[in-house]
Amino acid sequence: MIWAAIVIAIAQVAVFVVLAPLVVGVMRQVRARLEGRAGPGVWQPWRDVRKLLRKNPVRAQGSSGMLRAGPVAVLVSSLLLCVLLPLVGTIPFDLIPSDLFVIVSVMLIGVVALALVGLDSGTAFGGMGSSRHMTVAALVEPTLLLSVYALSIPAGSSTLSLIVQARLDTPEIIISPVSVLAIVALAIAIMAETGRLPVDNPGTHLELTMLHEAMLIEASGRDLAWLELGSWLKLAALLGLVANLVVPWGVVTDFGAFALLLGTVTIAAKVLVLAVLLTVGEVFLAKVRLFQVPELLAGSFALAFLAVTASYLVA
Amino acid sequence: MTVLGAGLILQLALAAAAVIIAFTAAPALRARATGIPVTLLALAGIVTGAAAMSGATGGIRLPLALPTDPLILAPDPLGGLFMVIVSAVGVLVTTFGIGSATGPASSRTAWAALPVFLVGMQLVPAATDSVSFLLAWEVMTLGSTVLLMADHASRASVASAGIWYSAMSQLSFFLVLAGFAVLAAATGGTSFATLATVEPGSGAANLAFLLFLLGFGGKAELVPFHVWVPRVLPEAPSHVSAAMSGAMVKIGVYGALLVCVRLLPEAPPWWGILIMILGGASALYGILQASVSSDLKVLLAYSTTENMGLVFLGLGASVLLRSSDAAAAADAALIAALLLAVSHAVFKTTLFLGAGAISHATDERNLDNLGGLGVRMPWTAFSFGVASLGAASIPITSGFVAEWMLLQSLIHGGRLNGEVVSVAASVAMPLAVAVIALTAGLALLTFVKAYGIAFLARPRSSAAALAREVPPLMRVSLVLGALAVLALGLVPGPVAAVVAATFGPQTALAAAPVGLNGVALPGIDAVLDPTMLLVLSALVALPILIVIAVSARRHPARHSALPWGGGGSRARPRMQYTATSYAEPLVRVFDDVLKPSRDVQVTHVGESRYLVERVTVQQKVSDVIETRLYRPLLNVVQRYGVLARHAANGSIHRYLTYSFVAFLILLIVVSL
Amino acid sequence: MSFLGLATLIRRGGRIAEPAPVAPPLFPGAEVFGGSVQVRFINAGGCNDCPAEVSAAFGPVYDVERYGVRLTPSPRHADVLVITGAVTRNMAEPLRRTIEATPTPRFVIAVGDCALTGGIFADGYGLAGLVSDFVHVDLEVPGSPPAPDAIVRALRRMTGR
Repeated sequence: MIWAAIVIAIAQVAVFVVLAPLVVGVMRQVRARLEGRAGPGVWQPWRDVRKLLRKNPVRAQGSSGMLRAGPVAVLVSSLLLCVLLPLVGTIPFDLIPSDLFVIVSVMLIGVVALALVGLDSGTAFGGMGSSRHMTVAALVEPTLLLSVYALSIPAGSSTLSLIVQARLDTPEIIISPVSVLAIVALAIAIMAETGRLPVDNPGTHLELTMLHEAMLIEASGRDLAWLELGSWLKLAALLGLVANLVVPWGVVTDFGAFALLLGTVTIAAKVLVLAVLLTVGEVFLAKVRLFQVPELLAGSFALAFLAVTASYLVA
Repeated sequence: MTVLGAGLILQLALAAAAVIIAFTAAPALRARATGIPVTLLALAGIVTGAAAMSGATGGIRLPLALPTDPLILAPDPLGGLFMVIVSAVGVLVTTFGIGSATGPASSRTAWAALPVFLVGMQLVPAATDSVSFLLAWEVMTLGSTVLLMADHASRASVASAGIWYSAMSQLSFFLVLAGFAVLAAATGGTSFATLATVEPGSGAANLAFLLFLLGFGGKAELVPFHVWVPRVLPEAPSHVSAAMSGAMVKIGVYGALLVCVRLLPEAPPWWGILIMILGGASALYGILQASVSSDLKVLLAYSTTENMGLVFLGLGASVLLRSSDAAAAADAALIAALLLAVSHAVFKTTLFLGAGAISHATDERNLDNLGGLGVRMPWTAFSFGVASLGAASIPITSGFVAEWMLLQSLIHGGRLNGEVVSVAASVAMPLAVAVIALTAGLALLTFVKAYGIAFLARPRSSAAALAREVPPLMRVSLVLGALAVLALGLVPGPVAAVVAATFGPQTALAAAPVGLNGVALPGIDAVLDPTMLLVLSALVALPILIVIAVSARRHPARHSALPWGGGGSRARPRMQYTATSYAEPLVRVFDDVLKPSRDVQVTHVGESRYLVERVTVQQKVSDVIETRLYRPLLNVVQRYGVLARHAANGSIHRYLTYSFVAFLILLIVVSL
Repeated sequence: MSFLGLATLIRRGGRIAEPAPVAPPLFPGAEVFGGSVQVRFINAGGCNDCPAEVSAAFGPVYDVERYGVRLTPSPRHADVLVITGAVTRNMAEPLRRTIEATPTPRFVIAVGDCALTGGIFADGYGLAGLVSDFVHVDLEVPGSPPAPDAIVRALRRMTGR
């Protein structure tokens, strides 16, 4: 069982490291085509990362080791997410279950590291991005925990692998009202956490409108490469989680070579489809004002709370 | 003479010796000469507590002739655990204090009060009857009040803090005393064994529970008795605030555990709900105030309110679940609450000592004037950083395991074998999870702010730019504290097993070590091994580090003079984000709860209203509960006091009239 | 605009970008970028026509993004600096700081006659110099203002696409 878990973990990391820039490339390409442009091609983010690794980073005097260590921590946190989440398969590690608090805490390592990198930049831009990013993270955490809690009640366990397994075994719970409410709340929380519209515009050049990009302003070269790759991996992994919660078929439950291949292909397809849907939706959205974001997040929290209490009182 | 008895006598003897040395030693040697016996006192406490936890029995009898049950100090395993906690904090605090206490904080009275304070704290968990409990409690309060007032001659705020602290601690003392009195009246004795025989569900039990909850909650900094916290903890010398926040509030937690586990174990559900409401409100309010505070010590003080709120939330959940017979989840919640208390003791002490180190190096408490201390004070930065991670419940620290366990017990507590436990639990558990999630998120922001603004970026004032690392002895206590935070986080299995065993053999089964010192909660099917997580991170990080090593040689970094801030030629470190600006979005989001007051004053040039000479902006976030609850109450009391002055105006005739009337009433009553 | 309105606009608009002309030769030294170039645009002074043409180059009609070029707000992320306008006194120091903040390997493209020779502002009192006085210019795009085609061609020389 432990070997199966290790192979699946390696497969998940390998697939998502290749897939994450591709997902971002597909999103940019779809957006370009919808806007009437030709677009740079789906492999452009890969070219960006390759070029960044060939540049000599510039670091300001007086900056501490955070500018060097922080990006690595962000990338490690995203890679751990890829290892622990049930993406290709639901066979968990016995000693580190993909329990909801563990997953959220691992994600928060990356959030904290990024915020500290932003603060260490020594400029107002970095501090501003860091402050907004942490405020959104603080307000998103209740929704994240409560929506996974709501999903855990029909499955009888808060381990994400077992939740996905339960949804495979009894598909009726996927369309139950409780599950729909919880997935919607989770989706809004994930969009806020990964910095997508309407919370944050990843393509903005105006520093005063930035949440996530403002923290990256000071990073260059390989530091920037780790930060970008880390945030793309987080987006891809969380999209994979939502995809597996809504459409769990294809996930590896009994280990085997063919099952592994099927699992890899299906998760890649699911994530890419979800990414295209996300982009098409984003084209019609504008970024909301920063001080209206808490209202949006409070709404998603209300949905998640409703889901939890409903599942207790109904079931 | 048993081990426990010898240990207790040794502690009392060392305390007495330390007091004598404090008064007789030469000023230059006073700190070290007193510090050594006090450190030995704390170490003796650790040894005695450990012996009590491993099941040793025995104790001493206090030779005081009072018309009550005999005054015996004999710690049981739970008391032993708390003795170990407060003694360990005492070791760290004293080691730090030897180096940091200067000026009035190093006076004879201050050094004499420290052993009194520590021995009081160490003996409270050893008490087996209410009188010795209250005696040790008052010794602790006396010691802490004297220590707090060390600097009163130079700052007026210290005197005000002293008044608030005395009033609030006497209030909690009276509530606890009243609780014991109610139980003693109902059962006819003062020892805990006798008090525990009160009939569950009776009026006496309910009244006593309420009094105890308010009294011990007040000591543990719960809302609405937390108002002393932001006034007192910043004014005390750093090592004293560390001791108060790290150890003294644990005595309040010990009292609450004593009530819930030993004195009044049969609890109706509404007790659990009440404790959860108090805990949840404290957690939310505390962390909200902490996240908007720019004064580092006020931030840490409010953060203690939040952590104690979470402890009481876990305790309340345990009481609620046990009253509905969900024993496994109840046990897990209880162990989680205790682990939260243990981990809080360690990281909060380190944080306060770190704040003390910053204060020692820069004379600044205001985060808005700090910055860039990470490169100037690396040891302090490391310790404060690790402790901040613990406070924010980031993996591989002790706070993470405790919060994970609490969440597991709450999530599994609502249902037992697929059936809903009770309607109250169905509403309380999700609310509790939501409260924990929100406080965890805000705690994350608070400690990113505290660490990032103080230690990263560039210095915002000359005091910060000139800071140097603290002396070696202070560094030792800081690093020990940080290592303890990491150690407790990496070996949660044995720690949880030891903690569970202090409640008895039944609860001992609720937590067990598994894997690489990970913890398993068999009753609710939960497993966590943080060391495995660390191993996994190392494996995942390895390829990245290899790429960096290769890349660093082929594409070396270049150092530039300036960070990129838009290229403007007038950019200065003062333009960086400060702690106030960091928390500004939160102040806006929560302005209904915080009710900040904003004042903008515009000074125009001469006669023209179009030209502005100066704009002054002031924003103040004060404690809402103090302004809305305490001020009106104090005003009412003051008005009655003024009225009462007319009744006691110094006229001898009036006083003779009072005596005469009282005598008349007495005669009438006696004759009836 | 309403959802339906926007959807109709997208459907009717179709492809707005004009077909790509023949690719120009790769600038020597730009192979290291491998087809991905981030551009930091700096307007050092001038009449603002050149920035308008640069913005047209990045618009949907010329769509220089399809060749792997992207605008970035931070010079730390940039590979190529596109500088327009003669360098005024107020922009001299910011220009120096921006150049210093850009990591190597980096290239500089000076766009417009004002950047190259001073143009109509050549003897102006507010000028601190030409772009070539502050940094070595790798590619020149003359014109007042140059057509977006010329700007696109210069940027394509950096990506080789």
